[in-house]
Amino acid sequence: MEFAELIKTPRVDGVVLHRPFMPTVEGTLCLTGHHLILSSRQDNTEELWLLHSNIDSIEKRFVGSLGSIIVKCKDLRVIQLDIPGMEECLNIASSVEALSTLDSVSLMYPFFYRPMFEVIEDGWHSFLPEDTFKDLESMTDEWRLSEVNKDFSVCPSYPPLVAVPKDIDDNTLRKVATFRHGGRFPVLSYYHKKNGMVMMRAGQPLTGTNGRRCKEDEKLINVTLRLGKRGYIIDTRTISVAQHAKARGGGFETEANYPQWRRIHKAIERFNVLQESLIKLVEACNDQSHNMDRWLSKLEASSWQTHVKEILTTACLAAQCIDREGASVLVHGTEGTDSTLQVTSLAQIILDPACRTIRGFQGLVEREWLQAGHPFQQRCAQSAYSNSKPRQEAPVFLLFLDCVWQILRQFPCSFEFTESFLVLLFEHAYASQFATFLGNSAAERAKLSLTEKTVSLWSWVNRPQELERLTNPLYEPNSLVIWPSVAPQSLLLWEGVFLRWNRSSKWLDDAYEEMVHIIEYNKELQNKVNSLRRQLAQLETDDPLLQTP
Amino acid sequence: MEHIRTPKVENVRLLDRSSGQRKVSTGTLYLSATHTIFVENNPETRKETWVLHSMVSSVERPPSTPVGSQLILRCKDFRVFQILIPQERDCSDVHTSLVRLSRPEKYSELYCLSFNPNVNKEEREESWKFIDLMADYKRMGVPNNLWVSTAANSEYRVCDTYPSELFVPKSATPAITVGSSRFRSRGRFPVLSYFHQDTLAAVCRCSQPLSGFSGRCQEDEMMLQAVMKSNPGSDYIYVVDTRPKLNAMANRAAGKGYENEDHYTNIKLQFIGIENIHVMRSSQQKIIDVGDMRSLSMTDFLWGLESSGWLKHIKAILDAGVFIARAVTDEGVSVLVHCSDGWDRTSQACSVASVLLDPYYRTIKGLMVLIERDWVAFGHKFSHRYAHLDGDPKEVSPVIDQFLECVWQLSEQFPCAFEFNERFLIAIHTHVYSSQYGTFLGNSQKERRDMRLHERSHSLWPQLWLDRAQYTNPLYKAELSQSQGVLRPNTTPYCFKMWKGLYNHMEKSTPPHQSPADFLSAVREESQQLEEELTNHQEVPPGGTAHHHHHPGSRQENSSPDREANHVGEDRGFEEED
Repeated sequence: MEFAELIKTPRVDGVVLHRPFMPTVEGTLCLTGHHLILSSRQDNTEELWLLHSNIDSIEKRFVGSLGSIIVKCKDLRVIQLDIPGMEECLNIASSVEALSTLDSVSLMYPFFYRPMFEVIEDGWHSFLPEDTFKDLESMTDEWRLSEVNKDFSVCPSYPPLVAVPKDIDDNTLRKVATFRHGGRFPVLSYYHKKNGMVMMRAGQPLTGTNGRRCKEDEKLINVTLRLGKRGYIIDTRTISVAQHAKARGGGFETEANYPQWRRIHKAIERFNVLQESLIKLVEACNDQSHNMDRWLSKLEASSWQTHVKEILTTACLAAQCIDREGASVLVHGTEGTDSTLQVTSLAQIILDPACRTIRGFQGLVEREWLQAGHPFQQRCAQSAYSNSKPRQEAPVFLLFLDCVWQILRQFPCSFEFTESFLVLLFEHAYASQFATFLGNSAAERAKLSLTEKTVSLWSWVNRPQELERLTNPLYEPNSLVIWPSVAPQSLLLWEGVFLRWNRSSKWLDDAYEEMVHIIEYNKELQNKVNSLRRQLAQLETDDPLLQTP
Repeated sequence: MEHIRTPKVENVRLLDRSSGQRKVSTGTLYLSATHTIFVENNPETRKETWVLHSMVSSVERPPSTPVGSQLILRCKDFRVFQILIPQERDCSDVHTSLVRLSRPEKYSELYCLSFNPNVNKEEREESWKFIDLMADYKRMGVPNNLWVSTAANSEYRVCDTYPSELFVPKSATPAITVGSSRFRSRGRFPVLSYFHQDTLAAVCRCSQPLSGFSGRCQEDEMMLQAVMKSNPGSDYIYVVDTRPKLNAMANRAAGKGYENEDHYTNIKLQFIGIENIHVMRSSQQKIIDVGDMRSLSMTDFLWGLESSGWLKHIKAILDAGVFIARAVTDEGVSVLVHCSDGWDRTSQACSVASVLLDPYYRTIKGLMVLIERDWVAFGHKFSHRYAHLDGDPKEVSPVIDQFLECVWQLSEQFPCAFEFNERFLIAIHTHVYSSQYGTFLGNSQKERRDMRLHERSHSLWPQLWLDRAQYTNPLYKAELSQSQGVLRPNTTPYCFKMWKGLYNHMEKSTPPHQSPADFLSAVREESQQLEEELTNHQEVPPGGTAHHHHHPGSRQENSSPDREANHVGEDRGFEEED
């Protein structure tokens, strides 16, 4: 298919662009296959390069022959383009609409994008499961890397390599897979070096209404417990939701069949409830006419903060079981691809200092989200402005990032990265020139040959100039477990995302710069003093007279 | 000591609820004339908890439990202590004593009159001169050919709740001044609060006119004319009535009210809608209750925050300040501010406007000066509002709490614009209530003079100044554009947050170095030491006397804010065990 067919009017002159906190710009609007571009043709004026895939929805307005298009982006920005001429305006609108809703993955921009930077390290090979496993091997020999899913036939949403208990062979795994939703048999998510406890994740067990059981499943789960130890199964659904799941063939582990395990139910919402919540929240944030009562009641009604609290609470529970109770944990919800991953990944941030570094966090996103089969393409197809009925869309990953931000805000010195990194991941999960978040699983990504045809986001991030931009000047490695507060007073609205386009951040940016300045100056002084101290020491050794005071 | 029946009780269990710790400690409880003191039994820590009697706002006695009798101490700084006493009789004695001790009946019972820091008479007298209001008027260029000092209120003849030294428009004759004062509630006639040198516009304050439905007063009308004339750049003034219009109208029935625009020429009347002290009192109680709830859900919290109305009130006060600051700077128009008596909402609106208008009031010393002027000198009724003595509970209201919170909200929006940190605001808040110093005692300058407080007590300000290192905001930089000139805050509702540092004490009870600010302060301090070391090194001629420099800095171990990674307290994200 040719993009040209979809572009009814490739360029219009005299278009005026309005966007938050920037002066209006007049210029020429051009449509290409993947971008909406506004160029003022003046030097030094910033141009707009907007990916069509970043466009969530567009609205048209007409006053006389002057048409306006309101472009609402997935990163929550809203811009307005005033286009002279009714026909041009209609053409542009319908072209943009068509180009921003292309169904075919292979037409997406990452397949056309050629990097303008030097790739120092190919991100596609930065976080291979076999490398991650080497770290595990150095700590324990109780786990092995299984290739049972190498052709994605046992579990289509799992990667080819997964870590499983050493004593469980591939045949057992195949049997367990038939007993778990989506074939997602329990795999290792995290090994807690401090006490050898583990966190596993899976899909729900397919017990159904007649209480089906699977000896292999019971064996697999039990073998991960040390002698005399107990474990916790954290079901991210309420007991009633889990009960209902039985009617559709799903279910939960009956304690009689897993006597060493205690099951705990939590209430993390899914899919359209979350999508609705996001839509309501963004609506509330964008309406500046609200008075205080209305704002607070809208914020409350969106339930977004409630979701943040629920997810964090559950993650803390998992971490507490492991670190404080010295128990292993199995986490699952229904599919095991959404709330499960929120919990397992956040628990790791709490427990494992390595996940709080820039590279460690990339590794976490890679392991616990991308390779773990979070369906990014479905979940991030639309954002808060979408008019169409949500199908599989849900801000699951955004909620995860929000929770990370909450922890980061409470422990501002324990993370190597700043909030910018989280915002960057949010943007790229929804629209990107990089293919990292393309597809719904490792299997899909393999089929699309992304490694050969596209560039990974990590290739771009892991360059000195980008890393510098994302590095937290306050960072001091902290080897401890960090317990965030989940009291409602401690959880704030993530302004960096939700108010980003509604209020100027100038004063906060100034403060950030000042902070960097204070720290840089200190480093500079330390260097000077250290070099003087060395000189002095040198002098003292050179001149024996000076050694005795 | 007459009120103390049982000065010492052993095997008492104490839970500091507000610290968020769920750990109960056992120890001995002592009652002194001024404090409740709890000393932990644990021989390693022997931790002491001191609670000043005047900080206790209520002592509750819930039903006894099998293990003993309980007391709940709620403090004015929002700390809550739960005490378990084994013997019913001891508990009853302690309860009776505390109820009495926490409600002093006479000023002479207050702590500030027995508090005796180790300073001599000269130092104490000097301490009262630390804040010099006349120097501040001079700093803003007053007196000048527009504003002059008046002797009308010397010996508090005209208005006993005003200070004796006041500035009025040059054209306001003594007759006008006195006449105007007769037409104003409590004699509080229009006087200068702040003069803006750049535009020559002024912020003035007074109380409501005694106009009723149709009353007028020529001198008062002339007084407002004089205020207008004292600003050469403008031919009208704003009269800001900080009350909701309905309240102001209702006051007319009582012979009070607001300025009739037909009688006063060249005024523009503006109502702001800040609620009265009774609304504010119950509003604050509601947010305290929200914070008190166990296992609070997000819905409970947001709903509670909304129904308390607290942030709405804070916004109204900030909006009043913004209106005044805009009028003075953008339009160059003078503003006359009043409410009913002109000592609560008027103090809030004027002082917030000053913080917005003048960078000086955003410094440590400047904020002291501002509170001393718009609150202490202008007769804000501290002893009534903050219940220094046992009195009418309807007089109590968190008026200055709201001002301090407005400043805090501003400091969140402009992190580099304030020389002080949140801790400074909280320290002021504590001392407004504690009556440890004489600064906030009484209800007017006259009362303080009559009590001879300057001879009998100490001023708070020099003490805070001495401790300023811990109150300094490391990000403050006078040269930055956000620190200069007028602050123009965004007052969209989403810009307001609950002031967790004041209402939830967790942060205070945790070890220092938990915030980026403290981390940066430590870094800056280290930088200073390094600078000194560098200077020393450079002073040493090569081969000169050896300097054995001990390492002053080299990144102290404890300088990481998150070092104590496990925040003590709060609803940690795991199952509670109680």
